Amino acid sequence: MIGRDLLGIEDLERADIERILDTAEHMVEIGEREVKKVPTLRGRTIVNLFFEASTRTRASFEIAGKRLSADVVNFSPSSSSMKKAESILDTARTLDAMEPDAVVVRHAVAGVPKRIADVLGAPVINAGDGAHEHPTQALLDCFTVRREKGRIDGLTVAIVGDILHSRVARSDIYAFSKLGAEVRVAAPPPMIPLGIEALGVKSYTSLREALDGADVVMALRIQSERLTGAYFPSTREYSATFGIDRAKLRFAKDDAIVMHPGPVNRGVELSHDLADHRPSVILDQVRNGVALRMAVLYLFAGRPGGARRARVNVSAGELAS
Amino acid sequence: MSRILIRGGRILDPQAARDERADLLLDDGRVAAIGASLPADDAQILDATGCWVAPGFVDLHAHLREPGQEYKEDIGTGGRAAVAGGFTAVACMANTHPVNDDPATTDYIIDRARHDSPARVYPVAAATRGLQGEVMTEMVALVRAGAVAFSDDGKTIMDSGVMRRVLEYSKLVGVPVITHAEDRTLVGNGVLNEGPVSTRLGLPGNPAIAEVVHVARDLALAEFTGAHLHVAHVSTRQAVELIRRARERGVSVTAEVAPHHLTLTDEAASGYDTNTKVAPPLRSADDRDACRAGLADGTLDAIATDHAPHAQHEKELDFTEAPPGMIGFETAAAVTLELVRDDLLSPLEWVRRLSTNPARIVARPGGSLAVGAVADVTVLDPERAWRYDPSKGYSKSRNSPWIGAELVGRVVATIVGGRLVYDVERGVLV
Repeated sequence: MIGRDLLGIEDLERADIERILDTAEHMVEIGEREVKKVPTLRGRTIVNLFFEASTRTRASFEIAGKRLSADVVNFSPSSSSMKKAESILDTARTLDAMEPDAVVVRHAVAGVPKRIADVLGAPVINAGDGAHEHPTQALLDCFTVRREKGRIDGLTVAIVGDILHSRVARSDIYAFSKLGAEVRVAAPPPMIPLGIEALGVKSYTSLREALDGADVVMALRIQSERLTGAYFPSTREYSATFGIDRAKLRFAKDDAIVMHPGPVNRGVELSHDLADHRPSVILDQVRNGVALRMAVLYLFAGRPGGARRARVNVSAGELAS
Repeated sequence: MSRILIRGGRILDPQAARDERADLLLDDGRVAAIGASLPADDAQILDATGCWVAPGFVDLHAHLREPGQEYKEDIGTGGRAAVAGGFTAVACMANTHPVNDDPATTDYIIDRARHDSPARVYPVAAATRGLQGEVMTEMVALVRAGAVAFSDDGKTIMDSGVMRRVLEYSKLVGVPVITHAEDRTLVGNGVLNEGPVSTRLGLPGNPAIAEVVHVARDLALAEFTGAHLHVAHVSTRQAVELIRRARERGVSVTAEVAPHHLTLTDEAASGYDTNTKVAPPLRSADDRDACRAGLADGTLDAIATDHAPHAQHEKELDFTEAPPGMIGFETAAAVTLELVRDDLLSPLEWVRRLSTNPARIVARPGGSLAVGAVADVTVLDPERAWRYDPSKGYSKSRNSPWIGAELVGRVVATIVGGRLVYDVERGVLV
């Protein structure tokens, strides 16, 4: 039963995830038409409330909303003025007075979408909060794997890199686990958060062991400017030990695919060659992201009679057009 | 001075190991008599049937925010909240604006308290100038002005050489040095106990080891210098164990624990409620249980609130930007009574940790109901159920993790220096 907001994968049931992925299958077809637009969300207002800079995710949500004919408004309060003048809840109340039908929130700090959802009449879709969750990324990752492999149940997914600071890692862990995959994480020890096993994964400090038998290898972005020296000694050493290239990929299954939430630091967490060529599917992830976000906006913002304060659950997904 | 006869209550006097039903007569600001069926004469009668009658609670750790941050709290509102929670005396930390690091500021606080606060106020002066952790304050002058202890609370004296000299010098004045023990290099940008909950919530973790490392250092320095170290708001199992062992070796150390560390865990932050953000952070259930056991066996001497008011707009910031701290005067007794109900503390031992021990640590009157003792008295109904609503409380701020909680046990009357200053039906009377 999908709730009012999409704050994280942790809150979803397996059936919810499958319903979103199934809906996204329909949306893919719209993106392949000559006129990539349906009137489903005509007259609905979707606000992209991005406190943290993000061109890719914001563009993906914006395109998704526009393909469904929603009016999409981008609102990006600078975080410095936030600290001084206005609390996040003030921003939320101000925005709410304009009566949007859905608000897509991105913030550098975990929990902000949840706190905004607590005061907002409109449904909130989390577009990434701190190191907490990035549910649409995980959903598009699952969608991409399902299209590649035909299933997720029984697969082994290895997530490699900065697990500590990664919202993608957490959402992927929940999503792939709920869909029946075995999830592993691998990183230098300082980047493996305390208690990560409680999320249902096994953690590895040996890349070889983590990749052994893996169907999916997910490389995470290394924020070298922030992490170098504090969490690992140098990008060169990181790349030599945890960077994914064709030689290390041989530890995984022969038909393993490589994924990355982007943007890639070429030559650090992923070799140049793998960043551009199969078995990596990075651009498919981006492409699928639009369809998946259309599905999410449809399900969360497209409720009959308007989504605002509508806490009734929509029944089985059916496209208006 | 009027006379008050507290009739029919259960007298809990840890100092005298007295736990019996008796009447208590207060006269001229002192305990005048204690015994069965005392004659009322002209005394005001306070019916305490079914209630506990204890020496007034003494809070070793509070932030009254005056001077400088009166939008959060001031000495008057803080003092009224204190007596509504049964505290007849509160020690206030030095992180005001200006910092309480000179005798003029200490004088100011004492003067404001005399005019505005129904509770006694004991200033804790800064251990170093401006809380900068570098240059020690004029301890002799500050103690003469009325400071009861020294602390850079809120900040940690990271320089071990400075801490050594502060402890050594404090022996000249014989008052405790209170340490806020969190190694800042280990805290980093952490805002919630590092562990499975911070990992799940994606919030930067503040590890237990940050407290443990710092407590270990300060205990070693206390042992080396022979000075009286008081460890503020202990929150971890290992810190409790380190203090226990230091005690056994004869180190002059006392320690306090906050109500929230005795009753809540980091799970309370699951909804990202910034009212659960506090320094040190709410810890694991294992740490909480160790703090409870440490309080029960006497390793931790006192319950201290760390009452830390913050304005609503500050707590509406995101979890990393919102300031740490929660108000605590009006809920401390009720929430810690859980330890009595769980048989970890007898009523008498509970009172000892709220009254007798903290009074002893700062060497101030109170903590006793012996004839001749100062007439600071708290009357509490341990069965009375109530719903906590900070908007109906006395603090200017509302940042409590217990908003809307159903609590059992309520202070029904508070007497300071023989004067009734709080009555649950009529509220604060001054």
